[in-house]
Formats: sequence, structure tokens, C-alpha cells
Amino acid sequence: MDLLEFARGPALWFSLFVLVAGSAWRLIAIFRLGTKADLAEPRSTRRLAGALRGIFVRMIPRKEFRRGGKLGVYAGYFYHLGLAAIVFGYLPHILFVERLTGLAWPPLPETLVYLAVGPAIIGLLMVLMERLTDPVLHLLSGLDDYFSWFVVFLPLLTGMAAVSGSYPQPTLNGAPLYPLPLAIHLLSVELLFLWLPFGKLAHAFLVFMSRGVTGVALARKGAAL
Amino acid sequence: MNTPATVPTALEKRARAVLASAAAPDARVAAQEFVAQVSRDAAFQLEACVRCGQCADACHFYLVTRDPRYTPVYKLRPMLRAYQRERAPFAAVKGWLGLPPAEVTAAELAEWSELVYDGCNLCGRCTLACPMGIDIAGLVRRAREGMSAAGFAPADLYKAAERALDSGSPIGVGWPTLKRQIEIQEQETGLDIPVDVEGADYLVILSSIEIAAFPETIGALARIFRQAKLSWTLPSAGFEATNIGVQIGSRDVAAALLARIVDAAERLKVKYVISPECGHAYSALRWEGPNLLGRPYPFKVVHIVELLDQLAREGRLRTRGKDGRRLAFHDPCQLVRRGGITAAPRRVMRGVSERPVDMPSSGEANFCCGGGGGVSAIRRAEKLRFAAFECKKQQVETAGAEALVTACANCRNVLEDAIDDYHMALPVLGLTELVAQYLEPVAAKASP
Ligand code: SF4
Ligand code: SF4
Repeated sequence: MDLLEFARGPALWFSLFVLVAGSAWRLIAIFRLGTKADLAEPRSTRRLAGALRGIFVRMIPRKEFRRGGKLGVYAGYFYHLGLAAIVFGYLPHILFVERLTGLAWPPLPETLVYLAVGPAIIGLLMVLMERLTDPVLHLLSGLDDYFSWFVVFLPLLTGMAAVSGSYPQPTLNGAPLYPLPLAIHLLSVELLFLWLPFGKLAHAFLVFMSRGVTGVALARKGAAL
Repeated sequence: MNTPATVPTALEKRARAVLASAAAPDARVAAQEFVAQVSRDAAFQLEACVRCGQCADACHFYLVTRDPRYTPVYKLRPMLRAYQRERAPFAAVKGWLGLPPAEVTAAELAEWSELVYDGCNLCGRCTLACPMGIDIAGLVRRAREGMSAAGFAPADLYKAAERALDSGSPIGVGWPTLKRQIEIQEQETGLDIPVDVEGADYLVILSSIEIAAFPETIGALARIFRQAKLSWTLPSAGFEATNIGVQIGSRDVAAALLARIVDAAERLKVKYVISPECGHAYSALRWEGPNLLGRPYPFKVVHIVELLDQLAREGRLRTRGKDGRRLAFHDPCQLVRRGGITAAPRRVMRGVSERPVDMPSSGEANFCCGGGGGVSAIRRAEKLRFAAFECKKQQVETAGAEALVTACANCRNVLEDAIDDYHMALPVLGLTELVAQYLEPVAAKASP
């Protein structure tokens, strides 16, 4: 078995298994902690509306918190949106998902995806610099923060290497790239899958739970979200 | 009497046991309580933190000191570690691998006592800013359960809690004092002030600060209720609204104190209990109370500002004339940001203010006075509290306010102290008193 076969076969399936099982474990373990019913008379009983408001309202900071704060307030948008465009909008990624699941969707124009790489990389570098230099972030940060940054940044680098000019370019019919960089790219993504459920990257799903429960609790009081 | 029954109830005994912990602080007890505090919702919040640091920029303690230790989420460190060590999803695996997070230590908790108490007003501004929607203030409230149960809360708060359990008031204001103040207010207003009237619609309770420092509030209420023709009463026992239990962060102390109000309300068979001008008292009675006692109330809780607003809108509260100064409303955090009463106080104030002005980020994102969450009762925190006032001061100056109006006696006291410390000339008014000052005159006829 060559490296690409390994990366596309057992390594992929194992990392996906860990991703799904680890995430499910984390969620179920938290759910099992249980919670007591709130006996105070609520101002609003619209729990779902509260949860949804909590989830959506926090996508954009309130105007009082937009200025004078961390660079990350803005850089966060750069790399989240940039990564989303690359992961979900790049044709070879869609073809890859289609091969695995049968699901496909229209790609973004290739130039747009290449343009998204810039903000993603700059955004990630900005937040790393800030994490290393800002006293608050420095104090809060631990191994999880730096390793999580690394496993997100790595697939970007390996992905760029895989499509860079030194190798044959991908074609619309999904013809394979030069195998070694592609294998390395896949393995770096698999490292991300392996780590995601265990560290802070799990905020990919925990964010909805956290914002949701806070949204319900605050909406119950009629308080600001 | 506002004091407990001669035979202590089970609630009182548990509350006193918490206070006894101050004599022998025990990190193990704190860790156990931290873990017990992490329910499903709290766990979702603790686990979602991405260490982005944005909460720091929302917290006045960080903004004025620039000390990163005042970063809101950092105040949760010991609780987070105890949870990660013993209860978090992969805690057992980490244990097997020999990689569990370190146990919390007494030295660490002694250090964190300053961060969790002196350095947090439970004001919730950080909660509003966190992009992950983490209710950091709610989690600090939970962390205080562990700190107070294990002897790591500030000595001043244990003492205040003891006074509250002994005398009914954290500053030792008992029924004889209230009785005297009622008599003075009866003389000043020419009105009877009803006490222990069974079957009245509204039960009025007060904060010690109002009784001791702003007793005119009692007269103001009497005049307002006379005009609105409300049936109301004060209780001679269970009149203390403040709850040091929610400030020190002990559900046992909080429940024991709250039970006295609920007893009074049930004894007098009232339909409503009016929470007075005090933010945390409202939070304790309105939101925490039924959960502390484990049952819903047979009455409704209404904040005095909500009631004034309702009466004004129904045409039962009529005023004449307005204050001509530039008045800015200082939002008590527990009432506005955490309590959901944002529009009512502004509407009420506009009714008696010719030139209302808004401070920057007023309303839900307002800065705390610096003394909420029990901080005003901690002597060693005074310097930090005055420093934190800098944020408020800037807001006041930007708005060009000539006087502040608020609806919390603790805010009022803390603001007055800080204004003094900063050598500013800025009166702070209570909203209820302000309204009473502009009540439409009625024919002088003394009736309840
Ligand atoms: S703002 Fe929220 S997510 Fe960011 S560090 Fe503070 S608590 Fe964590
Ligand atoms: S609740 Fe208020 S005082 Fe406490 S950490 Fe948050 S912003 Fe700071």
C-alpha cells in the first residue's frame, strides 16, 4: 500500500471514526450531567426562540464591544470565512466528499477560493501573533491552543503545496494530483480530524450548545442576549 | 423581629455550617463543590471557551488595571480544573494515561479569592461580550459556591452573612431601627404606614441600606401608593430584601435568608412581593429564590420600578413638573442586564426629567458601579472598587450628566462613595424618591 492509498483508506476511515465517536462521546458525557428545572416564573417561555437568538446574535459583536478590543475580533472572521470558502467551495474538496458520501454541491469559482487563502492565512497568523504577545491571551493559552492552531494551519500549507505550480494541477474531472503532496495534505487533514473532538476545536459544535443554553437562560429572564 | 426562629430550622443549620468553614479552609471541599456545580449547561459553557480573551475587554476590572488576571474567564480557572480533573468527558481517560490536571490547592484558592470576589461584581458584562455565549458571570456565581463552602470567601462576607443570619440584616439593621424610621416617615408624610396587614395585595420589603441611609424611600412609597390606591403592607419580620447568601455564593445561606421573606409573604397572604431598589435582592428573590427553596412561590415578585412603570401607564401615578438637570440613569446590572428590566426605569425617569441624557453604552452594556456582587462589603477591595469606577466616571463625563438616577440603593451608596473619592460633584438620586418628589399633590387626607 503506498502512502496515498493509506491516506485515502485506513487513515481516513480511522480518523473519521475518531472524529465522530470522540465528538459524540464529548457531547453525550456533557448531556448526561443533567440539569435542574428552573422554578422561577419565566418572562418568556419561548425556549427555542431564545436558543436560536443566542446562537445568531453572537455571530456579530454588540457595538459596545467592537472597538479597542482584541485583533481576534476581526481576524476570526477572516480565517473562519476563508476556511469555509476553501473547505466547502473548492471543487476537488467537493469531489472528494462526493466520492465518500454521494453528496455534492456547486463549487465556488476557483479564483475566489484562491483569493480566500490569503485572508485565511493572514487571519490565522494574526491570531497566533496576538496569542503570543498579548498578555491576556498569553495567560489564557495552553498547549491545546497552540496545537489546535497548528492542526488548522497545517492543512492550509499542505493544501497549497499540493496545488502549487510545481505539481500537475487538478482538473475538473477530479484527476488525481501528484500523489505525495496529496497524501501529505490528506494526512494533515486527518490529524485535524483526530484532534478535533478532544481540544478547543470542538467549539465547532460546542459553540451552538453554549450559545443555545445561555440564550434560553437569558431569554427566560427577558435579559439581554 | 426580623431574626430567625429560636429553634433553628434545617436551612439555618446548613447555612451556619457554611460559615463555620471559614475557620478551616479546605481545598478538597472546594474542588468537590466546584465539580458538583458543573451541571449540563455550565459544562457546555466551560467547554466551549476558545481562549480568545474578548471577555477581558468587557470587564471594568481588567480595563482599569490592565492586569490579565482580571480576565473574566481566568477567574474560573480552579473550578475548570477541578471539573476537568474529575468530571469532564475525557477525565477518566486522562487519569488512566497518568495525565490528569493537577488538583486545586489551598494556596491557589487563597489567591483566587481575590479574583472571584474582590475582582468580580457578577455584573454579566463579560457574558454579553463572549462570542461563545458563555455566561461567565453565572459561572463565577457557581465558583463562589465552592469557595464559600470551603472557607475561601473573604472574611468580611462571612461576617456579614453571620450578622444577617443573627439579626436579619448584613449590617445589623433590625426591627427597632425600621420601626423608628417608619414613625419618622409617618410624621413627615402625615400618612399611616401599614405594618403586618394580613390580606394586603402588596408586601413591601426593603434593603438595609435604604432603611439606614435612605429612609425617605419609605415615605416616598407611602405617598405613591396612596395616590395609586394600592393595598400594601410592610412586615415586621422578614423585611430585609438583601441577600448576602447570593453574594458570598452560598445557596444554603441564601435559602435561609430568603425563607424569611417567603414566610412573611405567606403569613400575610399577599398577592405580590415588591422587590425594592436593590439589584441583587431582585435577582435573589425573583430568579434564584424558587430554585433555592425548591418550590415555586404562591405570590408574584414585582420590582418597584416595574410597578411604578405599570402604575404610570395605567394613569394611576400622576406627576407634575420635572427635574431640569441633565439626568442620566445608571443601570443596576442585576436589574437591567441580568434582570431584563431595561425600558421601564427609563420611561419612569422621563416622566419626571426634562433633560434625560444617555451615557455611552447605557442600558444593557452599562458598566457596573463597581460595588455589586458583594464587593462593596469587602473592605480590602475598596481600592480596586474605586479604581473600577473610572469606567463609570468616563461615561458620566461623556454624557455631561449633572446628576445620576438609579434604582439600587447599593449602587447609590457605592457611587456616592466613589464620587466622593474622585472629588466630583454629582448627586445620585433614587428613582422612587424622585418620582415621589413630583407626585401630583392631593388633598391632605391621611389614609393608607
Ligand atoms: S470571551 Fe468567551 S470564549 Fe473568549 S476567552 Fe472569554 S470566555 Fe473564553
Ligand atoms: S461579571 Fe462583570 S466584574 Fe465579573 S468578570 Fe464579568 S465583567 Fe468582570
